[in-house]
Amino acid sequence: MYTQALNAAGPSSRQTRPDEDAERLARFQARIDAEDRIEPNDWMPEAYRRTLIRQISQHAHSEIVGQLPEGRWLTRAPSLRRKAALLAKVQDECGHGLYLYAAAETLGVSREELTEQLLSGRAKYSSIFNYPALTWADIGAIGWLVDGAAIMNQIPLCRCSYGPYARAMVRVCKEESFHQRQGYEIMLTLCRGTPEQKAMAQDALNRWWWPAMMMFGPPDGQSQHSDSSMAWKIKRFTNDELRQRFVDAMVPQAQVLGIEVPDPDLLWDEATRHFSFGPIDWEEFRQVLAGNGPCNRERLADRNQAHAEGAWVREAALAHAAKRQARALAA
Amino acid sequence: MTEQNTPLWEVFVRSRNGLAHKHAGSVHAADAEMALQAARDVYTRRGEGLSLWVVPSNAIIASDPADKGMMFEPTASKIYRHPTFYDVPDDVGHM
Repeated sequence: MYTQALNAAGPSSRQTRPDEDAERLARFQARIDAEDRIEPNDWMPEAYRRTLIRQISQHAHSEIVGQLPEGRWLTRAPSLRRKAALLAKVQDECGHGLYLYAAAETLGVSREELTEQLLSGRAKYSSIFNYPALTWADIGAIGWLVDGAAIMNQIPLCRCSYGPYARAMVRVCKEESFHQRQGYEIMLTLCRGTPEQKAMAQDALNRWWWPAMMMFGPPDGQSQHSDSSMAWKIKRFTNDELRQRFVDAMVPQAQVLGIEVPDPDLLWDEATRHFSFGPIDWEEFRQVLAGNGPCNRERLADRNQAHAEGAWVREAALAHAAKRQARALAA
Repeated sequence: MTEQNTPLWEVFVRSRNGLAHKHAGSVHAADAEMALQAARDVYTRRGEGLSLWVVPSNAIIASDPADKGMMFEPTASKIYRHPTFYDVPDDVGHM
């Protein structure tokens, strides 16, 4: 499960609806402040609805595209145990995408519209999936770091003010904890293996560390939608707060593996009780979001191909259902 | 898009005998049989249930949240519907 704060992207959520007056907005905010949950048919400001559609659908797209880098390794897993686990993980990601599309649909947008936005390249998904999984160690690093970052993001979303999104996140988080553990176990096995295997694990950490750090989105000062999302309790923590939690959790885990986080500035700060870390290359992040990452074109082409090749199945299923319904009516 | 939209179904799962079916989420499927199969794959991957219901989403009639006051508020004022409304001396014991 992979949400990402893609605050730099997406259409403006500033539009309003005709019945939005100050009093109504204040009543809505009061419900949020009182930790009341908003449900699908409740009145909500247009900007709240649009922000949620954007965030939930990007989250869903990320789950769907997130199957691709790992899918490549299903037939090359080193043992039946690893293969079964990876298959279950990829299947979970598909399921998580479906929970999320369903949550987005409660806001009045159809699955077909959302799919079309992904396939045409108009919708964003997590930048992390535009990086390639080059070796088996990458499957370990993805589970450990990418799912680890996703969990940091998703646990607070279980308390999101929008009921259907929060409920989907509860299911997702329950299922997710196995993903990170299976990734870490792969890393641990490699790190306890031959020097070549340990070098593979180190190489995977070197390539995935910074892209995983970027998963939390731009620094707080540059984040467009952060303030309103915090006020609406869609978000509970800022991008930088979550990123710091991630570093603090991951560094000791890397020490257990006996491999080095690729950041020469990484330092334990006794005063703050946090690790301080070096600068993030935000230009790389912007490039990947703009479509210029190593695998952007490949991912979209693969999704488009799969969707086009499945069209006859969807058509046949609907034709079959229509035929059976007609026969039942005639009988 | 020329493609026809696939119908939406609501999924209810009974986690074990003795409990009621509970809403779990929704799926898209062309017919009831495929909806059941999709519901099984999406909502019961970890032993979550022993029984599934799927219901066409458009068959559900929901109360309007705008009518919440009219529908549900009168029950809050009828406190005599609750056992604690009635005084019973302590020495009567549990009742």
